[in-house]
Amino acid sequence: MNLLYDERLDGALPEIDKHALLTSLRRLLPKVSILHSDEDLRPYECDGLSAYRTVPLLVVLPESAEQIETLLRYCYEQRVPVVARGAGTGLSGGALPLAKGILLSLARLNRILEVNPEACMARVQPGVRNLAISDAASPYGLYYAPDPSSQIACSIGGNVAENAGGVHCLKYGLTVHNVLSVDIVTIEGERLTLGGQALDSPGFDLLALFVGSEGLLGVVVEVTVKLLPRAEAALVLLASFKDVRDAGRAVGAIIGAGVIPGGLEMMDNLSIRAAEDFIHAGYPVDAAAILLCELDGAPADVDADCERVRAVMVRCGATELRVARDENERRQFWAGRKAAFPAVGRISPDYYCMDGTIPKRALPTVLERIDALSREYGLRVANVFHAGDGNLHPLILFDANQPGELDRAEQLGGKILELCVAVGGSITGEHGVGREKINQMCVQFREDELTMFRAIKMAFDERGLLNPGKNIPTLARCAEFGAMHVHQGQLPHPELERF
Amino acid sequence: MPGAQRNLVSESGDFSTHLREQVRAAIDAAAPLAIRGGASKRFLGRALQASELDTRPHRGIVHYDPTELVLTARSGTPLAEVEMALIEHGQMLAFEPPHFGAEATFGGMVAAGVSGPRRPWTGSVRDFVLGCRLIDGEARHMRFGGEVMKNVAGYDVARLMAGSFGCLGLLTEISMKVLPVAPCRRTLRLDIDAGEALRLLAQWANRPLPITGACHDGRALYVRLEGGSGSVEASAARIGGTAAEDAFWLALREQQLPFFGGSSPLWRISLPPATPRIDLPGEVLIDWGGAQRWLRSGADAATIRRMAGEAGGHATLWRGDHAEPFHPLTAPAWTLHRRLKAQLDPARVFNPGRMYADL
Repeated sequence: MNLLYDERLDGALPEIDKHALLTSLRRLLPKVSILHSDEDLRPYECDGLSAYRTVPLLVVLPESAEQIETLLRYCYEQRVPVVARGAGTGLSGGALPLAKGILLSLARLNRILEVNPEACMARVQPGVRNLAISDAASPYGLYYAPDPSSQIACSIGGNVAENAGGVHCLKYGLTVHNVLSVDIVTIEGERLTLGGQALDSPGFDLLALFVGSEGLLGVVVEVTVKLLPRAEAALVLLASFKDVRDAGRAVGAIIGAGVIPGGLEMMDNLSIRAAEDFIHAGYPVDAAAILLCELDGAPADVDADCERVRAVMVRCGATELRVARDENERRQFWAGRKAAFPAVGRISPDYYCMDGTIPKRALPTVLERIDALSREYGLRVANVFHAGDGNLHPLILFDANQPGELDRAEQLGGKILELCVAVGGSITGEHGVGREKINQMCVQFREDELTMFRAIKMAFDERGLLNPGKNIPTLARCAEFGAMHVHQGQLPHPELERF
Repeated sequence: MPGAQRNLVSESGDFSTHLREQVRAAIDAAAPLAIRGGASKRFLGRALQASELDTRPHRGIVHYDPTELVLTARSGTPLAEVEMALIEHGQMLAFEPPHFGAEATFGGMVAAGVSGPRRPWTGSVRDFVLGCRLIDGEARHMRFGGEVMKNVAGYDVARLMAGSFGCLGLLTEISMKVLPVAPCRRTLRLDIDAGEALRLLAQWANRPLPITGACHDGRALYVRLEGGSGSVEASAARIGGTAAEDAFWLALREQQLPFFGGSSPLWRISLPPATPRIDLPGEVLIDWGGAQRWLRSGADAATIRRMAGEAGGHATLWRGDHAEPFHPLTAPAWTLHRRLKAQLDPARVFNPGRMYADL
């Protein structure tokens, strides 16, 4: 199945004369880099979802918010579609360009404008990398909490667009919980601040609405994030289980015991073996599942929580319990988990990463169902899981060179997402809808709800020029595809940890 | 006809069909509705001249599993009932919502979006909203978000509803994240003036201290510590002062401290947390570690709003008489507000004018 923009299903786009557009933009924005040759445009043809590629009409690389205001005002008047792009690490094709549109790169707005340790906040431009914020805050004992696995490369503007998560969400929240304000430019070229330096702002919570809107409502030109003091102590427990259901129950029991771990991750046997072969983290290769539980806070509290978690794990049938003795071992325990995706990549020619969320209570059922589906489709599935917040990343193993395997992987993926929706979960916990899951939106939402999403879009972008074809499917698309299958999402940026 | 409505309550407490019918009728008649729960926060915002739609028959906890950290309840459920269910399992609504009356409802709590003393450290009402069901401006009953911690499919409509005062739709059900109550709590009192208190609070803000409440009532600084006993005891020793009653926080949350008892207009000033003492024209109580300041003052609205704005914040007339109690919006924000309202409530039936005259 081809996921490229389809005017029949996604809406007609205006015809644009590339040469005339280039001439006008050069006159309007004489100091701005505009890429137009095929060779220069090629690097922008995809984001992290590299299976889908489209060469954009032009790439514009502004260096200031004022230039973006001018650009968008022009695009609005001339009805030119615009796709914004941060670092291009997104896994759902949210920054996939349009052949009939401008790709607006925010990479050059990459300055940290202010780090204020007294107010515990940092004001940054959208192209600043996630990790660079924590690095800049580090001398003050502060950090920026959301840590998507691509944090070394991904930009804060992209994090806002996707409402990025990470492994510490249960305790420290998503992007929406850690951003104080966002300056946006609307498609009409109007700059405004959503949120503020205070803890709330008058009127509707447009900041909450904007975070995670995938570039459909406006372009981020500045972000103020909240910084947190680093925890004084952190400790990791590794627990082995001979039955995945026991591990699943332990997750609920830990939280039921009143402990909120900084991170609570689960891996099944296939992922354990793959990770151990690759990283030699010391994982128990015979275990059906392991739980990695990180506890952080004041040293005395961490020790007390550790005892509680130990007792719960034992009660839930943990066959082995280890506590990282020092920082080295802690890193080693995490290393296996963080390398799980590339590790699985070593045992299979191809794999396809899913991103569903489920209520934790459904975990045993969902794992059993995935196992049954795996046998039914004749494809192995390795499960790694942000267990604490119910975010499942099943990795479907296949070989694209074997006839029919890719199709089967896509079908199996679709079944898994439908299963997540059926147990009360979601088709995406942190990777976003983008282009990748545009059809699954028709499974998650009913026509009425999609209509409401479109009404919101109308309030911000009546002409539908910002990132058309992403996030919210048209009714025409849903009518045609209804309950659809999932498509291959290849994992680019192999240098990044994925978890 | 509240009496007639109560007769229609189904055993399950699901009154949504009837709520839809009321909204449908209002749309057809182009007759605005004033949505009400317990009316405990009616004093907030602008008064409405419209026929009442009572959410209270639509009540009951739909689902609560402590190990999921999620509670789902119908909007008319008494807030007290929700909190009682949570405390049985050692859990809480971490943002400490004020009730302002025994009748306060779960839906009203979300619609008003008011958070209590713990807010700066744990997050606000909207931070804990995971999903909702609502009836929209065309009387459709819909679901957004859900009962999972992470969900980035579509726009975050559920969080948009928090603090929207019922102007964008009728909430019928809300799922919230809940948290365990900390095992240990201490309240300390430091007899220092407000300037010194703000200076200390700014110092503490970037340290990993288990502070979950910080208020200067005009005479002394009250600090609440919550966490494991080890960290609470160690931090208490570091902060100093004398032991005080935990009941202080409930009185603060419910605005029952003597400060709130006067008759002069009460303003809520929301400021960047590290703002030093500003010379507001009246009596001041500092909450939220400095980020929320209550002002009793007869000074004119323009002056107070200018001072709040210059300090990077905004001012709401909490109790008093003014045509526009909420801080005015910037022109581009106002445009988006009006367009959103027009899109989501084209017949203008949901609390029109409750927040701003033309919204």
